[in-house]
Amino acid sequence: MVERRPLWTFFTHAVLLLGLVVTIFPIYVALVASSHDTTTLIAGVPMTFGTHFFDNYARVILEGTAAPGAAPVGPMLINSAVMALGIAVGKIVISILSAFAVVYFRFPLRMVCFWLIFATLMLPVEVRILPTYEVIADLSMLNTHVGLIVPLIASATATFLFRQFFMTVPNELVEAARIDGAGPLRFFKDVLLPLSRTNMAALFVILFLYGWNQYLWPLLVTTDESMYTIVMGIKRMIAVGDDVVEWNLAMAAAILAMLPPVAVVVIMQRLFVKGLVEVEK
Amino acid sequence: MASITLSNVRKSYGTTHVIHGIDLTVHDGEFVVIVGPSGCGKSTLLRLVAGLEEITEGTVEIGGRVVNHLEPKDRDIAMVFQNYALYPHMSVRQNMAYGLKMRKMSKADIEKRVNWAAGVLQLSDLLDRRPGQLSGGQRQRVAMGRAMVRSPAAFLFDEPLSNLDAKLRVQMRLEIKRLQQELRTTSLYVTHDQVEAMTMADRLVVMNAGVAEQVGTPMEIYERPRTVFVAGFIGSPNMNFLPARLRGGMLELGQGLLVECPNAPAGTDGRDVTLGIRPEHLVVAKQGEPADIQFVVHMVEPLGAETLVHGRFNSVETNVALRLHGTPNVWRDAHLPLRLPPDALHLFDPASGVRLTE
Repeated sequence: MVERRPLWTFFTHAVLLLGLVVTIFPIYVALVASSHDTTTLIAGVPMTFGTHFFDNYARVILEGTAAPGAAPVGPMLINSAVMALGIAVGKIVISILSAFAVVYFRFPLRMVCFWLIFATLMLPVEVRILPTYEVIADLSMLNTHVGLIVPLIASATATFLFRQFFMTVPNELVEAARIDGAGPLRFFKDVLLPLSRTNMAALFVILFLYGWNQYLWPLLVTTDESMYTIVMGIKRMIAVGDDVVEWNLAMAAAILAMLPPVAVVVIMQRLFVKGLVEVEK
Repeated sequence: MASITLSNVRKSYGTTHVIHGIDLTVHDGEFVVIVGPSGCGKSTLLRLVAGLEEITEGTVEIGGRVVNHLEPKDRDIAMVFQNYALYPHMSVRQNMAYGLKMRKMSKADIEKRVNWAAGVLQLSDLLDRRPGQLSGGQRQRVAMGRAMVRSPAAFLFDEPLSNLDAKLRVQMRLEIKRLQQELRTTSLYVTHDQVEAMTMADRLVVMNAGVAEQVGTPMEIYERPRTVFVAGFIGSPNMNFLPARLRGGMLELGQGLLVECPNAPAGTDGRDVTLGIRPEHLVVAKQGEPADIQFVVHMVEPLGAETLVHGRFNSVETNVALRLHGTPNVWRDAHLPLRLPPDALHLFDPASGVRLTE
């Protein structure tokens, strides 16, 4: 579309820039705040960087804050990474296999299974949180990585997405594979998996963010500091009662909590686009 | 190398019968084409042979072995699909090698066979490309290559040329035929295109509504179609059909219009028939020659090498097409004196559509 309307161009760019500022500003504030010492921040956040940047990050990663139950960020990042990766990978593995079963095999109650999976979409973690807690507690999975991951590992959305994708794979491809002598699992491994690469990359990004951002569930199942995840850990850092909040450290933790998801998005987006360009369906 | 034998093969989906008992033998090294309009069951028949669909009744033998309950991979066949069904994420080489790899053939053997097929099909420079980077004709050749490397007992083709443009189709048609003649592999080829069918087939099966209406060489079928359906389906433009009545060795077309018909079978005097005559068999009478019938021109379609003339016989209400050589001087509303050569007249029973003339 070739359009020359300077005023409109100006307006659209202004909106874009405004949006950018609104998004960037809090991050800037967090970055600046994480470079000062605690006393400077009592008076408010200055607009320029301070000199305690590296001290703050080193302290928050290795020691944590003075607040009760505020563990060091380092282990918390690892816990978060384990949980987010576990959830993302687990969800992809489970849902691609169940979608494979639902689309390519004729077994009794196939559609019932599919709709049962689909119906679980209506039951997010928050709705079933008490029974789920009970189950995890009875299995003595509290304060474990497994306990953090397992209740969140099944995904109706991902199953549905893979199902829709599999249904677009031409039937002739299945038949060609049958004639070539590939059994169902070979077909899955040699044809479906490579074709699903882009879908998996996209889903991985979404599911990693989902896992990383979990708050309520880790808050419930972890009581041991060594199992805390970063998203809930930040909250602990500012829950200090009447004491002075160490905002510089909390902000550093916030910045650190932001980095892995950003990295995942940046890295996977490349793969995602590359996959889109290469594979033609 | 093997023959394929179908005995009384039937297929139904629930209560819907799709194939009504087909008997057919494809001899060793023969190229048999199944042709028919869409929905006649020709693809289903091919899929029954391939093992992609379960046979309801009857038996399919490949190389003297009943394969009814064998998986496609165990039937020793290779299939070329309409949309090629190449694996989009694999290179040409991997696509061709995949079936061999599944059969646990050694790397060296696979390499040798793929290179041989690529050489024959002129794909050697394209072995590392993906199907997405190939043109339609090249993809078609890869699909052929995938079938060839296996050296199967039989090739099955499911409308392999219908996704190509007209020019490429003619070229690939020749190429497939040439390859088949070189390899001498038993082939069963499904198409709805009667030109493909006529040009490629050693023998032709004309199918209609799940029944094989006629099996024979292309020329047999063209010259002596067994039913009205076959007569109308094979040949372009279509055969002309006119209602007529036999009377004392003459054919009565419309009111008092009599045409000599010496080859009317015995005992058919006085009965109604359907007269079939091909557009290319109607001859314009030369000056001084006696004409059998007058033809009124309604429309002229010059094609260069030939001219199609549409019109009607005097006093007969049926449209008739005429195929003349070159570009004769014919115009709308002209009257042409025509001769109907007696040996070009096909007589069919109007009720059953079955051929009456010998």
